[in-house]
Amino acid sequence: MDTLQIGNRTFTSRLFVGTGKFESNALMEKAIKASGTEMVTLAMKRVDLDTPADDDMLHHVVAEGIQLLPNTSGVRNAAEAVLAAQLARDAFGTDFIKLEIHPDPKYLFPDPVETLKATEELAKLGFTVLPYIQADPVLCKRLEEVGTAAVMPLAAPIGTNLGLVTREMLEIIIDESRVPVVVDAGLGAPSHAAEAMELGADAVLVNTAIAVAGDPVAMARAFRLGVEAGRMAYLAGLGGVSRSAQASSPLTSFLD
Amino acid sequence: MKISLNHKEIDITGASTLADLLAAHALDGPGYAVAVGGKVVPRSERATFVLTEGMEIIVIKAVCGG
Repeated sequence: MDTLQIGNRTFTSRLFVGTGKFESNALMEKAIKASGTEMVTLAMKRVDLDTPADDDMLHHVVAEGIQLLPNTSGVRNAAEAVLAAQLARDAFGTDFIKLEIHPDPKYLFPDPVETLKATEELAKLGFTVLPYIQADPVLCKRLEEVGTAAVMPLAAPIGTNLGLVTREMLEIIIDESRVPVVVDAGLGAPSHAAEAMELGADAVLVNTAIAVAGDPVAMARAFRLGVEAGRMAYLAGLGGVSRSAQASSPLTSFLD
Repeated sequence: MKISLNHKEIDITGASTLADLLAAHALDGPGYAVAVGGKVVPRSERATFVLTEGMEIIVIKAVCGG
């Protein structure tokens, strides 16, 4: 069976799903089910004591076979990220952490220096670290050296739906990586996800494209199929690319 | 005794441990975590963690995010 190992978990689904931007928690729960995902992200925030408790999102994501992947969104540096990861471990009982340190509000690009520092420290503390990073092959190797569990290079800025803007770099990362490569951010359509999987990515993480679709549940299913098709094509071995025509029918004269 | 809870000053009369304080504010369910003075206090240690004047307590909870 084709499975993916990250930390101490084995996944059969290669589609990871984010929980932001859904119209309601109920809709999000349905989309998660339809996606077939086994890894779901969530964020954390300081409790506002003056606001009454709302519909607790955890009830909608905790389920048999689902690994929670808390993120560190909102932190500005490595020290804050380490504290956030420790809070997440206590709150959700998991060592998995999606490390994201993106202080720049316009493009939300991850800070590579702080990310490397935090990954090293969190790996030493026993965390299974999945850092969100630029599609930078050198950074990926450095993260490997300090004990990252996977790398999560971006396809395009978060929430843009632009697709594989970083395709050339992703190909190099996939070629060189010894840890799983999860393409994160910017995948706007199932065809983008399929393309990433055809390149040999180990998994993809999708949030906005599903959450803001006209029908998020149907879109979750479409992404599931896209990821499965892309993975199947990668394993089957894609044919070579050529600039000139390569005949697929006999070229001898038809009536001779 | 005054403490700061999520940057809000609170006067404590009844609560003496962190567990008491969290229970009083319904902040002790699953999916909540606590740091005091920038350090996480694990769930298992809250009942024996005694509050003192001026402590800065931060409580976080799960929200949706990608």
